[in-house]
Amino acid sequence: MNFFFDLVIGGLSIGACYALVALAMVIIYKTSEVPNFAQGEMAMISTFVAYSLMNTYNLGFWPTAGITLLFALVLGMILEVAFLRPAKDPSILGLIVITLGAEMILYGLAGWKWGANQNPFPVPFSEYSGISPGGVMITEINLWTFVTSLVLMLLLFLFFRFTKLGVAMKAVQQNHFAAKAMGIPTRRVLSFTWGLSSVTGAVAGMLIAPISTLDPNMMLDPMLKGFAGAVLGGMTSLPGAALGGYLLGLIENFFGGYVSLEFKSVVAFGVIVLILCVKPSGLFVRHFERKV
Amino acid sequence: MLETKNVEIYYGKVMVVRGLSLTVEEGQIRAILGANGAGKSTTLKTIMGYLDDQPEKGSIWFKGERIDGMQTEHIVRLGIAYVPEGREVFPELTLKENLMMGAYTRRDRGIDQDLDRVFSYFPVLKERVKQQAGTLSGGEQQMLAIARALMSRPSLMILDEPSLGLSPLLVSEIFRIIRSINEDGTTILLVEQNARKALSVAHHAFIMETGRIVLEGPPEKLMEDEDVQEFYLGMNTETSVKGYQRYKRKKRWR
Repeated sequence: MNFFFDLVIGGLSIGACYALVALAMVIIYKTSEVPNFAQGEMAMISTFVAYSLMNTYNLGFWPTAGITLLFALVLGMILEVAFLRPAKDPSILGLIVITLGAEMILYGLAGWKWGANQNPFPVPFSEYSGISPGGVMITEINLWTFVTSLVLMLLLFLFFRFTKLGVAMKAVQQNHFAAKAMGIPTRRVLSFTWGLSSVTGAVAGMLIAPISTLDPNMMLDPMLKGFAGAVLGGMTSLPGAALGGYLLGLIENFFGGYVSLEFKSVVAFGVIVLILCVKPSGLFVRHFERKV
Repeated sequence: MLETKNVEIYYGKVMVVRGLSLTVEEGQIRAILGANGAGKSTTLKTIMGYLDDQPEKGSIWFKGERIDGMQTEHIVRLGIAYVPEGREVFPELTLKENLMMGAYTRRDRGIDQDLDRVFSYFPVLKERVKQQAGTLSGGEQQMLAIARALMSRPSLMILDEPSLGLSPLLVSEIFRIIRSINEDGTTILLVEQNARKALSVAHHAFIMETGRIVLEGPPEKLMEDEDVQEFYLGMNTETSVKGYQRYKRKKRWR
């Protein structure tokens, strides 16, 4: 039975990371209908910035985290302004290709600046000790990952629910034309969306780096898994995507634990195919009928 | 208050509006009438700054300030509110959130009072503040769209076909409300297909055809015009022995 709970803990912990990546993707997808394939690399760059701040400039963990989030915000906004905004009469496909291009640029930049080495990412939480209620070991880092992701999700929820800017972001996404008529600066709101998504991704990056390693490829796998989670839960729903991320983490871990460790990574993509066949809008999406 | 001078608007290479000059006086209701494709909505969209690099020629002035070429968000801040054709509410926001978005440009404390003011025009909406706007009926959505525009406390409100797709009873209701909004001090410019209703509330109307204003004046004068009677009000002036008209009348203003 303990093995089962170990799998649950591990699954929830990695699922929390997937959920954050999924959220980051959905925030952008909802406003601009583009799956942002540069998401992972944006998070990776931010994580590398955090690494440099700690290693080269000897900053503590918390100030580093703060500066990194600020950097991520600016990075996201710059990417939107520099790459997506200049596109004239863009089609969705064109925008997707732009995000792919941005991904490769960021990937190349990271390789040039930090090299392909695998670096350790130090955090003030232990991977080996923690609490163990009922004999099930919950390491500090698992706990930290889980709590951080929950707090961030709560903050995002409150932001979208209760702040003027958050509601305006939803308004822009639902009806761009009318949002403009309200005097909402739609273009600035859109860049901010990218910034917010980038911050969410950066948190995911800093949670993933200590579990795996820090190198330019670190976000490749989590990004695809997060994307899978978002598709599983529904690309148009924030809570749906988050649940999808957790669910995917659990499914994956159970599959790895009980069925086959070798095929653990494949399961995510099996899930995508299955979901696209059965319920393409995602598990947790209430489809909204537009009235004429 | 609002004035367009010799405005020309193109969609690609097609000239949609040709040399349009119209003025809206403060405190009035003015209406633009015309058939489909006459360029009415295009004119409104251009005034609101929706069409990039339009108007091609001419200028648009609001309260002495030139507004053509400005961004929509800045034009709205000058005090113009726009109710687009076909309601265009935010379907998944609640009614209250929709109204708050209407007040997006404002930072003062009078917003709650304005909510009450808006509900006094549209008491139906008050019962549904927590409902998602997409679940409202067509008439309620139209009311919400007008209410939302009022929340910015505009000095000029521009409405694009407020009667579109509504039952005759609701149309009368909407026009009654438009008139009382005007009486409380908001200038109104509206585009309408329903000429009879529009002429019944307007102080002054323009008739647009193929991108030009062909006739303008106070409603009484327009009602007397035979072409208007024939083509916009559907009155038969010619009676024949057999009870129907035997020829198609030619418009004389071309």
